[in-house]
Amino acid sequence: MLKPTFALDFERPLLALQSKIGELKELSGGAKVDFTDEILKLERKARKLQAEIFSDLTPWQIVQLARHPNRPYTLDYLKALFTDFVEIEGDRRFAADRAIVSGFARFDGAPVLVMGHQKGRSTKENMVRNFGMPRPEGYRKARRLFDLAERFRLPVLIFIDTPGAYPGIGAEERGQAEAIAVNLEVMSGLSVPTISTVIGEGASGGALGLGVTSRILMLQYAWYNVISPESCSSILYRDAGQAKKSAEGLKLTAKDLSGFGITDETVQEPLGGAHRDHALAARYVGEAIRRHLAQLKLLSPEQIVADRYRKYRAIGVFTSDE
Amino acid sequence: MAWFSKEKKLKSKGGPVEAQPAPAKKGEGIWNKCDGCAEVIYKADLEKNWNICPLCGHHEMMPVRRRFDLLLDPGTFQELDADLTPQDPLGFSDAKKYKDRLKATAKTTGLRDAFVSGTGSIGGHPVSIGSFAFEFMGGSMGSVVGEKVARVIDRAYERRIPCIVFSSTGGARMQEGIFSLMQMAKTSAALNRFRAVRKPYISVMLHPTTGGVAASFAWLGDVVIAEPKALIGFAGPRVIEQTIREKLPPGFQRSEFLLEHGMIDAIVPRLEMRDKLAQILSLLG
Ligand SMILES: [Zn+2]
Repeated sequence: MLKPTFALDFERPLLALQSKIGELKELSGGAKVDFTDEILKLERKARKLQAEIFSDLTPWQIVQLARHPNRPYTLDYLKALFTDFVEIEGDRRFAADRAIVSGFARFDGAPVLVMGHQKGRSTKENMVRNFGMPRPEGYRKARRLFDLAERFRLPVLIFIDTPGAYPGIGAEERGQAEAIAVNLEVMSGLSVPTISTVIGEGASGGALGLGVTSRILMLQYAWYNVISPESCSSILYRDAGQAKKSAEGLKLTAKDLSGFGITDETVQEPLGGAHRDHALAARYVGEAIRRHLAQLKLLSPEQIVADRYRKYRAIGVFTSDE
Repeated sequence: MAWFSKEKKLKSKGGPVEAQPAPAKKGEGIWNKCDGCAEVIYKADLEKNWNICPLCGHHEMMPVRRRFDLLLDPGTFQELDADLTPQDPLGFSDAKKYKDRLKATAKTTGLRDAFVSGTGSIGGHPVSIGSFAFEFMGGSMGSVVGEKVARVIDRAYERRIPCIVFSSTGGARMQEGIFSLMQMAKTSAALNRFRAVRKPYISVMLHPTTGGVAASFAWLGDVVIAEPKALIGFAGPRVIEQTIREKLPPGFQRSEFLLEHGMIDAIVPRLEMRDKLAQILSLLG
């Protein structure tokens, strides 16, 4: 159910050009007139335009790409990269939370635990998925599965894509903060390899609640930070409309996070963004996960815990008098 | 998701990660209007009573160092890691540069960041202990706060002693972006390592404890205690109201509400805190 007509402002000139190329190709097909030269010329122009637009995206444009309604979601990566998926839905506490999809599957033939935030593409889907905003039940389901991954020695592969944990009355009553906190600790102590890939939005504790992994990978046009640009600007400027400014100040792009040493790899996206070619995006993601998983598999369970502890214990920028 | 509560009564210097700093000036008056009973009280009387209203028992916020005076055996507090100093890894600025905001807040509070920690003893039990300073940018957690919390835990791990953390915070400090988010992971990982020594970690939530601190070490206590009527939760009330578009019920997200929902273990008034901590330490320590 992709929306072929949807385009971000900065994509439009490119899409217009590409649709013109498409029309010319169709005309050429039945052809008294030969448009080959014209098509080649336009294709060159399109490539140049695409390179221009995408070589110099602003942080705000990247945030928009990360939220593109046609962007591949967790289930798209799941279908492309995994086989034998068995969904496991129960938190055994209160309810099924479909903002997080989770279960067992095979990656390159070997059993793993796979999990991720899941957004919906239609209004109806988003009612079910709650726009990818988990309630405590989602985090508690995840926690239960982390315990199983530990016991059955399964690597844990996670996809992060959430505008945040859900801020509602019920979520607070049932301990949203506690549910996330427990996951941070449990994930930090797993002795199996764990890899998270930020595929779209990584908003604050709602993202981190699935994100304390041995390795953090991040798609080229994803964002990850302590707060969304909108919330940041409504606090700083009392105006969510200043989100563009906040997006710049927060340093939330894959390039920023890689520069800070927070992420372990930036995964390239297909030209024009992951939404332009789901299959290719999945291939790039799969290759990156495969590479990091192979490295982690060389470590003993004790080394895996120690390696992850060191990674997170070292994060922070400060000085001391010494 | 904002992790920043917006209670105007909280007099934080530098603002709780918020732009409009309306800092309380020194010597702004000798009277204080109680948030509980609205009576006007002589400030010196309030302070003498550990910032508890002598008329209605309302717990006002208390400057960080007074907490150690109240709780620790006299003369046992040894402050550590006081030299950790925040930096500006993002080059962040809004109405003010983050760097300047840090400097100005350090000047008015006499603190380098929003956490004070060290060692001491309670009823003769040695503890590794720390407390948030809400007066420093709303007690928000950046790299320094996260590091100091982790060191409180690490010190308890190394010395095989219990640890206690008092939280009073709007959550993560957005001026430090992803670094501030990752302090949640860092402190939780430190706690996970600490569990092996089988010593208690007691978390005390003061007013307010929300956002990234609530969603990490503050809610990971073996025992989680709150002061009466503290605002505690993941999302701030304003964010929830905006999301669900209705008014929140009275008492929502307060200590008493959380106790009813099984989310905390006990509510302990400020003046009983010392004895309660000593009791738990003697049972589990
Ligand atoms: Zn009163």
